[in-house]
Amino acid sequence: MKEPNKISSREVTDPAVYFNRRTFIRAGVLAASAVATGVAYRRLNPVAAGKVNTPIIQGITQPAATTANAAGFRVDEPETSLEDITHYNNFYEFSTDKEGVAPAAAGFDTKGWQVSVEGLVNKPKVFDLDDLLKISPPEERIYRMRCVEAWSMVIPWVGFSLSKLLDVVEPLNDAKYVAFQTLLDPTRMPGQRSDVLDWPYVEGLRMDEAMHPLTILASGIYDRALPPQDGAPIRLVVPWKYGFKGIKSIVKIKLVAAQPTTTWSAYAPNEYGFYANVNPHVDHPRWSQATEQRIGESGRRPTLMFNGYEEQVGHLYAGMDLRASF
Amino acid sequence: MKENDIRFAKLLILVNGAVPLALLVWDQSHHRLGANPQNFLILTTGMMTLIFLILTMAVTPLRKVTGWNWLIQFRRMLGLYAFFYGCLHFLCFFSLDRGFSVSSTLTEMVKRKYLIVGSTALIAMIPLAVTSTNAMIKRLGGKRWRALHRLAYVAAVAGVIHYYMQVKADVRQPLVFATVLAVLLGYRWVEYWRRPKPATATTGTVKPTTEA
Repeated sequence: MKEPNKISSREVTDPAVYFNRRTFIRAGVLAASAVATGVAYRRLNPVAAGKVNTPIIQGITQPAATTANAAGFRVDEPETSLEDITHYNNFYEFSTDKEGVAPAAAGFDTKGWQVSVEGLVNKPKVFDLDDLLKISPPEERIYRMRCVEAWSMVIPWVGFSLSKLLDVVEPLNDAKYVAFQTLLDPTRMPGQRSDVLDWPYVEGLRMDEAMHPLTILASGIYDRALPPQDGAPIRLVVPWKYGFKGIKSIVKIKLVAAQPTTTWSAYAPNEYGFYANVNPHVDHPRWSQATEQRIGESGRRPTLMFNGYEEQVGHLYAGMDLRASF
Repeated sequence: MKENDIRFAKLLILVNGAVPLALLVWDQSHHRLGANPQNFLILTTGMMTLIFLILTMAVTPLRKVTGWNWLIQFRRMLGLYAFFYGCLHFLCFFSLDRGFSVSSTLTEMVKRKYLIVGSTALIAMIPLAVTSTNAMIKRLGGKRWRALHRLAYVAAVAGVIHYYMQVKADVRQPLVFATVLAVLLGYRWVEYWRRPKPATATTGTVKPTTEA
């Protein structure tokens, strides 16, 4: 540094210029830091969006209008947008971030998919997906979907009753439960590389629940084949139960005599039961189940008993203590 | 540090702390908060609270490790932002999750353990925000002020536990917060034991004038 007395007056920066430069630099620092903070925020909170262009399913039959509402096959409530149904998913096999499932599942290859139906049946069979889908014509079912996390949707599924498949394989008399299993393949399902849950994902239904006409095997939504994030190529939908019962990307269906293990119930038995029937009177230990956030709406809705399907399924649980068998 | 520099340091935090809020409001008005904006708002304001709490607590260790004493100028504003986002977080829960119902908010807050823990964190921040002014530091005196502001540890620990408790299964993110917090608390613990005892009373990190 120069001695102060050696600076000639010519070299001294004009105070006006000096303060201007200082202000200028400061404005730059301020702007740059704000941009950096904004970019960091965006990185952590990416805006999820994307088109669904899976094939259109041909020959979908509409249930007769007169009977559809009574049977619960069609809910007269506004349908959730395809965008929301396909970008807000709980599918831990791909990601535990609901908005991150769609990008993580993009390109999931379901070529050569097979479903093994086995166990206590007369005619066990490994079905090629195409053969399985030919068992019954695809029907449109517009169901409420209530997640255990207290949010809900209305989804136009394409599928057919599970009972149609079970009829084909002919369950034996001692078959009391149906056990389901998701694909186990960490190379295609990156979420399975972490041990967040015990893989593969397994679910189960009691025989009468499985045979109920509302219980479907779904292969599409909004007239299109299921995109990977929603459980391609085939999944279970049980509209009166919490969403986690609707096991996705099924590879195995086994008829068994004893109540099978189910993933969430095994993970936290005090929080998630085998039945997992939607019930506004039985809270999750950590949060209330009395109300729900319908996706796409602003206020909250009261949650309905059996998700509004009490008329259709209430008799299955007559005499049962739903507080104990939650 | 010159008065001018101090004002700039404050402005820097003021602007940067407002960026997440501005983006939240922007995204909300453009319907870009995803399928469940209510949940996103609650979650994001909560995350911001934890981030600002941790940044606040990182100031002193960072300052001591690097010797950059000017970092202290950022601390008050960071702490106030933690409180601000914590209040927003609560307001989002009250309005979006509980539909402005005071009774159901209170019932839930008493009934759910994670809400009791979360409320503890927010309540612990109230006296900190109230006593954040120069006048209050003077009135309490540096020693008592410092003692009171150890409540920041309570708020941060309770905040991270609150986050951990409400996660369904994937606890990786709460564990990241817990790890960072553990490092910061660990540093203070080591400092405390290394420091010669009589010095604790005289080494003042808080002086109203430099804190301005």
